[in-house]
Amino acid sequence: MEKTKKNMTILEIFGWVLTLFVIFPVYIMVINSFKDRKEIFTSELSLPKALNFTYYIQAIQKMDFLTALGNSLFITVTSVVFIIVLSSMAAWVLERNKTTISNIIFYTLVATMLIPFQSVMIPLVQYLSKWQIPGTNFSLIDTRYGLIFMNIGFGIGMSTFLFHGFIKNVPLEMEEAATIDGCNKFQLFWRIVFPNLKPIIVTVAILNVISFWNDYLLPSLVLRSPNLRTIPLSTFFFFGEFTIEWNLALAGLVLTIIPVIVFYLFSQKYIIKGVMAGAIK
Amino acid sequence: MKKNSNTLTFWLFLIPSLFVFVNVVIIPFILGIIYSFTDWDGFSFFGSKFVAFSNYLKVFKDQNFLSAFLLTFKYAIIMVIISNIIGFSLALLVTRKMRTRNILRSIFFMPNLIGGLILGFIWQFIFTKLFVQLGTVLHASNIFFNWINDPNMAFWSIVIVSAWQMSGYVMIIYIAGLESINPDIIEASLIDGAGPVRRLFNIILPLTVPSFTISLFITLSNSFKQYDTNLSLTNGGPYGTTELLTMNIVQTAYKHNQYAIAQSKAVVFFVVIMIITLVQVYLTKKREVEM
Repeated sequence: MEKTKKNMTILEIFGWVLTLFVIFPVYIMVINSFKDRKEIFTSELSLPKALNFTYYIQAIQKMDFLTALGNSLFITVTSVVFIIVLSSMAAWVLERNKTTISNIIFYTLVATMLIPFQSVMIPLVQYLSKWQIPGTNFSLIDTRYGLIFMNIGFGIGMSTFLFHGFIKNVPLEMEEAATIDGCNKFQLFWRIVFPNLKPIIVTVAILNVISFWNDYLLPSLVLRSPNLRTIPLSTFFFFGEFTIEWNLALAGLVLTIIPVIVFYLFSQKYIIKGVMAGAIK
Repeated sequence: MKKNSNTLTFWLFLIPSLFVFVNVVIIPFILGIIYSFTDWDGFSFFGSKFVAFSNYLKVFKDQNFLSAFLLTFKYAIIMVIISNIIGFSLALLVTRKMRTRNILRSIFFMPNLIGGLILGFIWQFIFTKLFVQLGTVLHASNIFFNWINDPNMAFWSIVIVSAWQMSGYVMIIYIAGLESINPDIIEASLIDGAGPVRRLFNIILPLTVPSFTISLFITLSNSFKQYDTNLSLTNGGPYGTTELLTMNIVQTAYKHNQYAIAQSKAVVFFVVIMIITLVQVYLTKKREVEM
């Protein structure tokens, strides 16, 4: 018994040594974001002489960080809310009405999860740029709602699949009882079914948040105006401009990671569980 | 009457999802296949001519495409092996009864939240600046030099950064698999006197084959689709030696404006990814044991 305990401590220490691989690059990035150019040049490993926030202030202004943060938040949250509402509704009727047509629709949704984004991106942008309403500024290209529309389209297959798998295991009795009590289908779904989907809603939300927040390729094809850029886009343009000034570039990178770390600290338990549940299905 | 109202709600609940899905995925997918057989210029399809397989012939004669293809294959194979070995080992480690295992899991998973683009930029600093300095300080400039400027090492720099990210992801899948093993089975093997190596190969591995099916699928398809880290870390350089498939397709379309050819490459990409992942899932599924 004594021996297994000792072994466990050694394993645990080994585990923490391994985390250095994750922590070290972040540490290097943070310490160098406070140094001036001369200090970076002399030593990249030493701690900064002073906590100099100048580069942070410059980075915030030059990459228009607050606008990018706002855009990323708005696009991610709106896309995810729509996906949850739309795909849970779709999954419910697909699961509860077992007809040929519902099977065809469901398996089409599942099968198309295998289509890589790369093989639809070129015609997608061209096709949706044709959607115009005469006399209005409506456009799905270079607008936030356009990107949200596409995010929903790409997220709906997996999300419907996850909801479908969950609803399958929700007993029918409660729905039957509510129908006898005179609930119509909309009340039935929103009052009885939807509140019971909480665990899978968390999973669907987390998986989609991670993929939309970090997405670069789709936003880079859809958003062209600088004031619409999301965080990955503004980081990309900012970085291209300032790679010679590493202190500024690194301060910019630290800024982009802060929201992610804050989100992670509050929801890490759900994130790990969500990814687990999503993968097993 | 009842039946009709059921059909009505069925479609009312379904149509919003279907509308978005059909217009974002299905129609562009079909259009893409049609465009790949024409001389489409990327803007108006009206006036494009049918050219049969001539785009595909050009694609298979395009040296840059073929080398990007081979490199992506090499990258995917290396990535699948490395990230699954590391991910599985990490999962074995953090499923042991240690006090801080949840914190360890969170830390190993963290790179996945930061995203490939930003990770690539962080590591660019490490490979181009820190490595050069380490080389001088440690008198080891044969190991620590600017990897991004070196045609061989630039490829490995992408492997390191993305393996570092992907291992944490598959670790979570393996944890789920390991935690679902009935503890009685492990207990029984202990009583029967199985050592740790036999326990791993004869009990744990066969019981976690379903996790391998998922993890291999995810690492395989994500490696084929790799773009973000490729872009931010090496941008295909030096001299185009690290250009992976997605970057080749993006460049063909948006830099060289050869939309029809780029779309043919995208269709080839789809077919290859389908075949490889389906074969992999079929092969690993066969090995899953029923408990």
